[in-house]
Amino acid sequence: MSYPANATRRTTSSPRPGSPWKERFGRWDIKASPYAYIAPFFIVFGIVGLFPLLYTAYVSLHDWDLISGQGDFVGIENFTFILSRPVFWVSLGNTLSIFLLSTVPQIAIALVLASVLNANIRAKTFWRMGVLLPYVVAPVAVTLIFSRLFADQSGLVNAVLELVGADPIGWHRDSLPAHIAIATMVNFRWIGFNTLVLLAAMQAIPKELYEAATIDGAGRARQFFSVTVPSVRPTIIFVVITSTIGGLQIFDEPRLYDAQGLGGNSGQWKTITLYLYELGWNQQRLGRAAAVAWLLFVLIVVFALVSNWASRRIASGDDPTATRKLRRVQQQKKQAARKELSEQAVRTTSASSLERTP
Amino acid sequence: MRSIPKAAALLAVAPLALLAGCTAAGAEGGSSDGQVTLTISTFSEWGYDALIEEYQELNPDIKIEQNKFATSDEAKEQFQTSLGAGSGLADIVGVDNSWLPQVLENPDNFVDLTSDDVKDRWNQWNVDLATTEDGKLLGYATDIGPSSITYRADLFEAAGLPSDREAVAELFGGDDATWDDFFAVGEQFQAANTGVPFYDASASIATSWGDQYEVLWEDPDSGDIIAGTNPDLKKIYDETMEHDDLSAHLERWTEDWNSSFQKDGFAVMLSPSWMLGVIEGNAAGVTGWDVANVFPGGGGNSGGSYLTVPTQSKHPEEAKALADWLTAPEQQLKAFESTGNFPSQVEAQESEELQQVTNEFFNDAPVGQILTERAAAVTEIPFKGDNYFAITDAFNKAINRVSVDKTQNAQESWDMFLDELGNLE
Repeated sequence: MSYPANATRRTTSSPRPGSPWKERFGRWDIKASPYAYIAPFFIVFGIVGLFPLLYTAYVSLHDWDLISGQGDFVGIENFTFILSRPVFWVSLGNTLSIFLLSTVPQIAIALVLASVLNANIRAKTFWRMGVLLPYVVAPVAVTLIFSRLFADQSGLVNAVLELVGADPIGWHRDSLPAHIAIATMVNFRWIGFNTLVLLAAMQAIPKELYEAATIDGAGRARQFFSVTVPSVRPTIIFVVITSTIGGLQIFDEPRLYDAQGLGGNSGQWKTITLYLYELGWNQQRLGRAAAVAWLLFVLIVVFALVSNWASRRIASGDDPTATRKLRRVQQQKKQAARKELSEQAVRTTSASSLERTP
Repeated sequence: MRSIPKAAALLAVAPLALLAGCTAAGAEGGSSDGQVTLTISTFSEWGYDALIEEYQELNPDIKIEQNKFATSDEAKEQFQTSLGAGSGLADIVGVDNSWLPQVLENPDNFVDLTSDDVKDRWNQWNVDLATTEDGKLLGYATDIGPSSITYRADLFEAAGLPSDREAVAELFGGDDATWDDFFAVGEQFQAANTGVPFYDASASIATSWGDQYEVLWEDPDSGDIIAGTNPDLKKIYDETMEHDDLSAHLERWTEDWNSSFQKDGFAVMLSPSWMLGVIEGNAAGVTGWDVANVFPGGGGNSGGSYLTVPTQSKHPEEAKALADWLTAPEQQLKAFESTGNFPSQVEAQESEELQQVTNEFFNDAPVGQILTERAAAVTEIPFKGDNYFAITDAFNKAINRVSVDKTQNAQESWDMFLDELGNLE
């Protein structure tokens, strides 16, 4: 053989005549190998993602005990039971309240922090690592410390409030203060992480945009809202969606907020996941817990769609010129990239055809 | 076939819990060279490390691996999940007495440990807790939590009440102490206007009281929830609420409760034996704590654990032998020395060694002697059914809404309790 051993694979565009088997294999190889490469992900996803999802649906249609297992088929009875109980709606309200109190400030603060860190400051790496520090602390530790700070009678927060002459707040007694305390823990933990994600996106914004904006007479604030925010829009959408999913599944913080771990004496901070846990592990009714899991899944899908839509609007709605400018730049970038790509393609093709020549 | 969908269901709903389960007690029990490996799971601290070493030396063909869960909650989660999945339990599983209903409901999953070796090892009530209706003994008791009254002698003195432990025991009614006596002393204490509340938490008063009824929450025969209509429970609730002004309006195990030990938060606590260590820790540096040999309504037990052998075990005979050895009086005395867990074995309790034990923090009180007498005073064993956890939890929350949160009055809170019972249908 005068041809290199891997010739078939490299020159599928013009197969050698006279070896149909190799030709067929080559074509199959080209078509199938991409799928083979990504298959591991989908197989793993199927096992640990899709299968549990469908199986949970199956469980939710049965009377299912944690220990003795599958019972009678009950249809949608678990769902109607849960939807008819006030406790479900209370936990839904708590979840949404904590979600809003954590996600909104979290992303707003992360955006501002990221743009500050993106500016020319001394000891950049120090500050950038600094904001990530709370993320490294285990959530359990964060919660233990914060629930001490927020103790009703002996907590530091109330002591400070009393010092400035305000009335102490029943952080474990009332609903909204409890939500704020829990949201504070979530924010403490996640702001740094989101800041770094947004910072990475901001570093990719071309400097020319800021120069142009400065020449046009835009101040810092204007630049932030009209250049920075629209430019990192895809990242904002990513951050919003991930924190939506995380926020609606919030468990560690409310579970460890008091000693009982079931969301307070009148369910002041009982979230949907806590309710799910209570149904499955305190009451040992996995069927009902599975029904709650599915309702939560549907809720997350709906919320992910809504926040996707909302963040698109928020991030692009305010300044059409900036957006247009941005689009133009992006278009140019895209064109340039395309051009480069095609040039590259030409280069590769010629290279491979050269190689082919014996 | 049935175990596969069950395992899958657990995987589906709680991958995390199952992950935790997988890391725990990967019971292989492989026997190479005739050596048998036994696994044992416990939680917090049972004082078994040295005992396991000793047993391995006595039985060179047995190798023992201990898996200690940090908290009983973690252990309970893994216990329930593995029991449901049909695999993953250790050869010997240490269970808290409050999980016994789940053990007794699934008698086929546990080895019958009845044996002549353990005859008369424990007080009868202790054995009854782990015995099925048809007489199978499914667990060997390790330790118990006989309750007594702990109090602050200095605060009693300040209120003009007797303060040495014999006189205090008499004050509360001695051997015939009743709950009325208890509340009466409270009112006497309060009348002295020292500004210190009498006891720490209303919910724990009601719970201790409730533990003295055989049937309170669920009907043992039908399994129905009777808590909402049981006049006994309503009486406990009403009386506790009526005397709520004697309490410090705290909830046990909260941050506020922990810190109140340091600032004369209350004068009296109903304490199971293991609570003595908690008080000593929380009230470090505070002087005046003492233990009185008395308990309202007779005796009370709270907590305590058992060793069980699941049928999942590949070496049930060896596991049973080890459980027998570990719960023998001599061994539990050693465990008591290292952890302070009060042994449940009558012989261990009566031993000279334990009778001599005093506690320096509690003004050198003869706790060994007091707790032994408190253990002997226990008569009623509460029936704990399917929903015991969920109902008592709802009941405690009902009291705490009034006493701690003060967001509802007694009637509103009771109504909400009834409503929550509806969730358990």
